[in-house]
Amino acid sequence: MTLVKQRHSRQKGGLLRTMLTALREGDLATRLSFLLMGCGCLFHGQIGRGVLYLAAQILFLLYLIFFGAPHLMKFTTLGTETQHRVFDEEEGIYLITAGDNSMEILLFSVVTLVLIVVFLRLYASNIRAAWEAQSARCKGNPLPTFRDDLISLTDRRYHALLLTPPVILVFIFTVLPLVFMVLIAFTNFDKAHQPPGNLFTWVGLENFRNLFSGSGQTSTTFFRLFGWTVVWAIFATFLNYLLGMAVALMINKRGIRAKGLWRTLFVIPIAVPQFVTLLLMSQLLSSEGTGGAFNVLLQQLGLIQSPIPFLSDGTLAKITVIVVNIWIGIPYTILITSGILMNIPEDMYESARIDGAGPFRTFFSITLPYMLFVTTPYLITQFVGNFNNFNVIYLLTGGGPLSLDYFQAGKTDLLVTWLYKQTVDQQNYNLASTIGIIVFLVSAGLSLLVYNSSASARKEEQFQ
Amino acid sequence: MTVGYRARRRTANATIYFLLAVLGILWVLPIVYLVILSLRGESGAYLPYLLPKNWSLDNYRRLFTDTTLFNYPRWYMNTLIVSVCTCLLSTLLVLSVSYTFSRLRFSSRRKFMNTGLILGMFPGFMTMIAVYHLLKVLGLAQSLVALILVYSAGSCMGYFIAKGYFDTIPRSLDEAATLDGATRHQIFFRITLPMSTPILAYTALTAFMVPWTDFIFVSVIMKDNYQNYTLALGLYQMVTKENIYRYFTAFCAGSVLVAIPVTLLFLRLQKYYVEGVTGGAVKG
Repeated sequence: MTLVKQRHSRQKGGLLRTMLTALREGDLATRLSFLLMGCGCLFHGQIGRGVLYLAAQILFLLYLIFFGAPHLMKFTTLGTETQHRVFDEEEGIYLITAGDNSMEILLFSVVTLVLIVVFLRLYASNIRAAWEAQSARCKGNPLPTFRDDLISLTDRRYHALLLTPPVILVFIFTVLPLVFMVLIAFTNFDKAHQPPGNLFTWVGLENFRNLFSGSGQTSTTFFRLFGWTVVWAIFATFLNYLLGMAVALMINKRGIRAKGLWRTLFVIPIAVPQFVTLLLMSQLLSSEGTGGAFNVLLQQLGLIQSPIPFLSDGTLAKITVIVVNIWIGIPYTILITSGILMNIPEDMYESARIDGAGPFRTFFSITLPYMLFVTTPYLITQFVGNFNNFNVIYLLTGGGPLSLDYFQAGKTDLLVTWLYKQTVDQQNYNLASTIGIIVFLVSAGLSLLVYNSSASARKEEQFQ
Repeated sequence: MTVGYRARRRTANATIYFLLAVLGILWVLPIVYLVILSLRGESGAYLPYLLPKNWSLDNYRRLFTDTTLFNYPRWYMNTLIVSVCTCLLSTLLVLSVSYTFSRLRFSSRRKFMNTGLILGMFPGFMTMIAVYHLLKVLGLAQSLVALILVYSAGSCMGYFIAKGYFDTIPRSLDEAATLDGATRHQIFFRITLPMSTPILAYTALTAFMVPWTDFIFVSVIMKDNYQNYTLALGLYQMVTKENIYRYFTAFCAGSVLVAIPVTLLFLRLQKYYVEGVTGGAVKG
């Protein structure tokens, strides 16, 4: 009964209420835990647990005093002292005195903030542990030993064991960098403000204003590229979908032999690493010199006199990337739709045939609606994937041909390739982060749509 | 009546065979041409004719002898090491996460799941500069370990497909095992995992493929450390404007050597790949 009650309070009351109760009704050891972590556990004989809590507190305080706090204090200004040269009288030369480094200040502030949050969580759990130890003691229940704690990690608290490594990794390599980059979008960390030589500082919503103002080169580039990204994503998604399904239907048609052979033919382009095929394609379609193989072929057939600029003319390049993407994408559609196509009830086709419907009519009245119904989540995922399709664009055209109207971008650049160029080539990190946030909002909006509409999310518990 | 129908079907099938043959050739031709180019004796990038006049294996030989600038064998080893380690580590991580979310119930489960979902929606490489600086602080910048960690950490958010699979394994099995005194750890390793070969294969395959295809992270993390490049980045260097005239055919040979093992692996495991993708993404 008590156990049930205790569990109940643990779920309902939340940590904060437990802490308050502990403060009000706790014994000396429990109250001491508020100052010195692990006291409660140590006092009640849970040595292992108590030592770990205490060690965590000491390590955290050392970190905070010697490393965290100095950075965190400069968080609001991101540093005031620029690196400068001082004349050294004795040596007779200029020495460089290190100033503040805005990048490090920001990065380590974020690290420190995250660590503080983690520590607070630990701090609260320390008090709960002390309180639980005390109440168990009062009722005369045996306390779990350190060994019990460890064993419970393989059973009752197995989730803690399984989740800790991934959570730590994700924190270091995703959450921290992400918070950092989101904050960058509110600073002027661009090419002209590169630490350690220069400082950067907070500018509020300036970057967003620049991007959305509608005037100025950056803004024009943004809206044009956004438009092209949407057009690209629509074409890349739906052309691949429809054409891929058509091929899959042909392969799966009754009476067509050697289905395995046809399928393998179309699977090979998936199996070959994408960067290989894309780089190869960009060479084959080149119009430099005598032109790549494709231009040579057309010339030898006598169809054209001089190489066609497949990748170096703005409009043509846009068409080319969409067409090449069909080559890349159709095999995926075939692979994925084949199985579903075979699930469509045969009698539907039978009755359509009796009613005299031709293959096109059958496709648009039976196959397509059925497929759309089943594969909408897949389609939206594909759309988001194409919205962020870095590889196809970057490896094929590099975003080119460059345009003078654009701010360091080319005609076929998507938002993400523009982001990449702003980060790696131009070091305009503030602009890159701002673009990233917008790309995130679009992809997240669409993905949430999928997630909420997919039955597997809503009926999660039904399977079990 | 039936004769007409049959004749019509025969012509329809003939058209389909024809179309499939044309399309099949279109789809495989570039890859066949890659092999042809890799055997071309003439150097240079663009020639005014299609088929090589001299055939030779020189391009392949060159990859393994001329290693001062482009150390192809080393890149191959790098990629292999990174992909094997990534495969092991991220399979372990992804399966742990998916199993936890599918089977274990704890207070902040929903919170964790939603956070994972949202984190997965940020464009991965938006964070790359911060990742680079963090790696520098950790003393890991430009190292292969860094690549393994970054790839594995990135894979954790993709727990959806495997979770969906675990969801379909009947719970009663777990309950029976619990009654027999099995811990959850034992249930995971002795009961659930042995029943999950398809999803194990799918997760391992996708993780293994990442280092062979990723271009972005490796270019940011390795910068100019040529020795630690992976194949994707290394081969990309061979076809930049400065290098393409000298290295184009070598690039083709190098690509063929990359494509062969990956293609074989994929063809062998494609069944699992399809099951994974369709199971996760196309649930009506």
